[in-house]
Amino acid sequence: MKIGVVTFPGSLDDRDAQRAARLAGAEPVALWHGSHDLEGVDAIVLPGGFSYGDYLRCGAIAAQSPIMTEVVAAANAGMPVLGICNGFQILVEAHLLPGGLIRNDHGDFICRDQRLRVENASTAWTTGFEVGQEITVPLKNGEGGFIVDAETLKRIEGEGQVAFRYLDVNPNGSLDDIAGLTNERGNVVGLMPHPEHATEPGFGPDTAAAMRSGTDGLTFFTSVLRHTLAAA
Amino acid sequence: MVPTIVVEVMPKAELLDPAGKAVAGALARRGDTVFSAVRIGKRFELTVDGEVTEAVLAEAQKLADELLSNGVIEDVVRVYVEETATA
Repeated sequence: MKIGVVTFPGSLDDRDAQRAARLAGAEPVALWHGSHDLEGVDAIVLPGGFSYGDYLRCGAIAAQSPIMTEVVAAANAGMPVLGICNGFQILVEAHLLPGGLIRNDHGDFICRDQRLRVENASTAWTTGFEVGQEITVPLKNGEGGFIVDAETLKRIEGEGQVAFRYLDVNPNGSLDDIAGLTNERGNVVGLMPHPEHATEPGFGPDTAAAMRSGTDGLTFFTSVLRHTLAAA
Repeated sequence: MVPTIVVEVMPKAELLDPAGKAVAGALARRGDTVFSAVRIGKRFELTVDGEVTEAVLAEAQKLADELLSNGVIEDVVRVYVEETATA
């Protein structure tokens, strides 16, 4: 199985996402923002970073990239797409997920290991989790405050489109503690925290068992692997 | 005279504007008591190559709604023509 990771000008975590795909047992494929070629991948990750220096709005210019025409078409045809941090912002700007992300309510950039509760374990990227499972993955952003109009919020809450919620503290003022979303079909998932940074023992968040041993993020990638193999 | 279309975008009134709030905090530290709040928006200047027709203005409005602003978090406040003298 091939997982494509799109590199935009200003992407930072593209190689981490490729590594996560490899650790899960998939073949990572580097995709380029200026191309229209998805190179036969089975799933796509839009990685974290600061595409176009966050000019205009976070993710807004990247959402206009040539490759995004193909990503939107593939997503609408059911291909699994995961947007992490800046990738989540790009998905929102591309209208693949509802709402918007604004500057953290406290005004500070935040970087911490963040506990999350899994709210939807039936998306392409979350089937390896249980609903209600608590996981820890790193979070690092300055503009992660999720907002949406009241009517849409009611709809996404009602239809199970909230995929992850912040636990312990709301780190950025997101409505309803929303950390991540899925679309109606469950193939597109976006979240502010970074699962790709919690995929290899020794390089993840601390756990009760040992320092830096947290690998909760790997389940995103093993989930999509299983999802894709099951569909094949 | 080069015709320029100006697009003004502001964060929605009901949303927190942390950047504006930070500036308001600085005003208070300066001892300024005249201004009770600050909100920060964006001004885009679109240089027009040629005459500003109704169609060009409509195109600018469309651009303002679809790219220059995000309706979830911002409002387009004004789209208007400004004649600027440039060298």
